Amino acid sequence: MTPTDLAAWLEARRFAVFIAQSDWLFPTIEFVHVAAIALVVGAIAMLDLRLLGVSRKDYGVQELAAQTLPWTWISFVVAIVTGSLMFSSAATRYIGFTPFRIKMLVLLAAGINMAIFHLTAYRKVHDWNHQLPPPNAARVAGTLSLCFWVLAVFCGRWIGFV
Amino acid sequence: MTDITRLCNWIAGTNASILIKDETWIIPAVQSIHILAIAAVMASIAMLNLRLAGLIGREQSVQQMAHRFLPWTRRALPVLLVTGIIMITGEPARELLNRFFWAKMSMVVIVVSLTIPMQHLLEDKPFGALPVAKRGTLRALALISLALWLSIVFCGRWIAYA
Repeated sequence: MTPTDLAAWLEARRFAVFIAQSDWLFPTIEFVHVAAIALVVGAIAMLDLRLLGVSRKDYGVQELAAQTLPWTWISFVVAIVTGSLMFSSAATRYIGFTPFRIKMLVLLAAGINMAIFHLTAYRKVHDWNHQLPPPNAARVAGTLSLCFWVLAVFCGRWIGFV
Repeated sequence: MTDITRLCNWIAGTNASILIKDETWIIPAVQSIHILAIAAVMASIAMLNLRLAGLIGREQSVQQMAHRFLPWTRRALPVLLVTGIIMITGEPARELLNRFFWAKMSMVVIVVSLTIPMQHLLEDKPFGALPVAKRGTLRALALISLALWLSIVFCGRWIAYA
């Protein structure tokens, strides 16, 4: 089964057709998606800026992570769910859009960056929790994260203009 | 022809407007910057409002939280204004003839005005040291403010669909 076949199958599901045919459902889902993205980007930026040693330096990285990660995860899940619903309504079109493909790659890259950071430098966070400036690994992870998420927002908006 | 339609036509005829429409990348890019500024406002206002509502960060005083987060709000608001003006210049009728745009602007005025009674009720005390009545009122105002910001985002998105 090719990706196009899968997309066509998804698009034909009843819920997908319902979204595609409704006047108000897509815009409403999109609004929730935008609100979730605002929260995700805001929360992630807070932690990334701390990883860069730029802001909230009075907090240890662990403490700030504990405060921001719940919001990040909840909003991220909402963003994924709403994004998937929108995607389903016109899956075969979206998979052909350049900005959509780039956005998916960027999100994947952001996820890989987060995973690498959590599995490596963050494991020893108690060693550098209050260190200023933070170690290079943290600053690189934070910078990449900010770049990826800003790029994701730009790609997301670009999708609407294809 | 109404005055506002005349205004739209006039704006649409300016060199700035023509330039923005001709360079097709400007509006998507400006919208993306607008979204990032929204993320900054929503995250900082959410943190402050949740603190005012006594739901998070009670170990810090409100003034500490305000000191930490309001700079972000203050920096983001001019960005929202400037990007908004660019968008209106490029597509005046899309905004100025749209009831969702006017609903959004009205709510922005209301939510900014709400900060006045909120600041009055605020004393630089830990939330728990405030009298119960003030805590209750602050909580209610904070939640109303949050609801208004979400509605502002909602209307912002719906401008595209009305």
